[in-house]
Amino acid sequence: MRELGAIAAFAAVVALLPLFVSSGFVLNLAIMVLYSTLLGQAWNLLAGFGGQYSFGHALFFGTGAYAAVALQVHLGWNAWLALPAAVACGAAAGVLVGALSFRYGLRGSYFALVTLAFAEVFRILANSVAFTGGGVGLLLPLRESAAAMQFGKAGFLYLILALVLVGLLATWWLKRSRFGAWLAAVRDGEESAAALGVDVFQVKLAAIAMSAALMSAGGVFYVQYFHYIDPHIAYGPAVSVEALLAPIVGGLGTAFGPLLGAVVLQALGEATRNLAGDVPGVSLVAYGAVLVAMVMFLPRGVAGLFAGRSA
Amino acid sequence: MLDFQIVCAALLNGLTQGAVYALVALGLTLIYGVLHIVNFAHGALLMAALYGVFFLSARLGIDPYAALPVMIAVMFVLGYALQRFVIGPARHGRDENVLLVTLGLAIVLENAALAAFKSDTRTIETAYTFSTVNVAGAMVAVPKVAAFFGALAVAALMLLLVSRTDLGRAIRAVAKEPQGARLVGIDVEHVLAMSFGIGLACLGAAACFLLPAYYVNPQVGNGFVLIAFTVVVLGGMGSFAGALAGGLIVGVIESLGGLWLGESLGQLGIFVVFIAILLFRPRGLFGRA
Repeated sequence: MRELGAIAAFAAVVALLPLFVSSGFVLNLAIMVLYSTLLGQAWNLLAGFGGQYSFGHALFFGTGAYAAVALQVHLGWNAWLALPAAVACGAAAGVLVGALSFRYGLRGSYFALVTLAFAEVFRILANSVAFTGGGVGLLLPLRESAAAMQFGKAGFLYLILALVLVGLLATWWLKRSRFGAWLAAVRDGEESAAALGVDVFQVKLAAIAMSAALMSAGGVFYVQYFHYIDPHIAYGPAVSVEALLAPIVGGLGTAFGPLLGAVVLQALGEATRNLAGDVPGVSLVAYGAVLVAMVMFLPRGVAGLFAGRSA
Repeated sequence: MLDFQIVCAALLNGLTQGAVYALVALGLTLIYGVLHIVNFAHGALLMAALYGVFFLSARLGIDPYAALPVMIAVMFVLGYALQRFVIGPARHGRDENVLLVTLGLAIVLENAALAAFKSDTRTIETAYTFSTVNVAGAMVAVPKVAAFFGALAVAALMLLLVSRTDLGRAIRAVAKEPQGARLVGIDVEHVLAMSFGIGLACLGAAACFLLPAYYVNPQVGNGFVLIAFTVVVLGGMGSFAGALAGGLIVGVIESLGGLWLGESLGQLGIFVVFIAILLFRPRGLFGRA
């Protein structure tokens, strides 16, 4: 119950933000933090709770993003209909990759490599088929109205908050449901989980489907907010890396880890931008260094600092 | 049907490109194939080595092939230190941590290069950059021929090292049974760091053979990471002859794929083969079960 209270308090604080702050800069900052949080939550579901480290989450992000734009631009769908359809496409991509790699028992580095390879395959395909606009990419026409899921800053903040709440409630559910217990058992030892009667394949498949669905929702949000997608943004390695940074910095396998990590990383990014100006690459050097330092010295993330040494 | 002549030229082109892939992958064969250290920074470290060769050549006028001993020594020391003081301590008993820490290293290296050298693509010009030799009726650039024989030489040296020397015996022992190796008195951390250093020394050599026919920019390593892993897995984890053959096969797949599917789809074949190998034959083409 304490966790539900924390989730409600967090939602209330964010929801009240636009009433007190009208600065577009601050609202945009909040939106970007929550956007990173969402990507991090998606990755955290599979890696933190399921023990499967994907290096190709861009696959699901890009599939959601492309599906959302293509359905609206090519088929004239309404954005609110395109969202669930795009999320379904992303989840389907997750099931496809999961069914293949879990069926053939790929784990650890092999799983990371195969997900990365799948994302690359999709990137090359998106570059060369007409449906995605090839290397030119796809443009989502500007049409600011709630019916087209294009809002002002405050509206977008509520949209991304709603998606992040779905992620938070999913982790809350994982911690108290039978399925969550199965998933934790699989993460901590597949053989022993199987020996206890857990259907390892089914559990991992469901986890990757959930993770992919959340990630593709992030892709849909991206195109609604930025109006543009191309193969490199959609399926390039940058998004896959962004998704894993926040939970690792914040705390892997915890409900609020991705949010904590996203806040820390955003602050770090702003700080380096202020210190070093607009020299390209400097803020990413800081991100990479933080990643190395976290794994070396704080493998349980920032959240581990608060959790004490007992757990 | 395509002209026989064109297919032959594409085949030859694929083999020379494949030799480059093999050269890059040989270091990873020791690091990942034998010792299962998942080095995601392999491409970024190659980029760093290429910049080293570039500046030795552009600033000090040292010929890339003459830079071989320098680059091999520098990369060996870098590799030893990285494994001993960064990657090893970050492992905490889990391979996933190695994955993440080398990814972090790759991000740092790539963006530090971007901040220091900008994203300009640089090449060097040597007396032999544009000279060619006639191989079976087709013209092949001299640096590519050198890279081909460089790959053969490095593969042979690595094979000798691992199969014939005391260090090689220790490496195999650590790979098979780290705990047992420690019990019989092998300094496991030292052997791991030596292996990582030797793997990077291979990269240093690869950079010397690569630059005369290639270019360097901060992103140049990205294209090699997944291909290097593909070659290692395709050749059978830890087999040097396999990595050589795997590199050549990958080069030919890319070249023929580009010929039949169009340039932009050429690399598709590589990753499809990689996925298929991982799923259906994870021990690789030449690996033992």
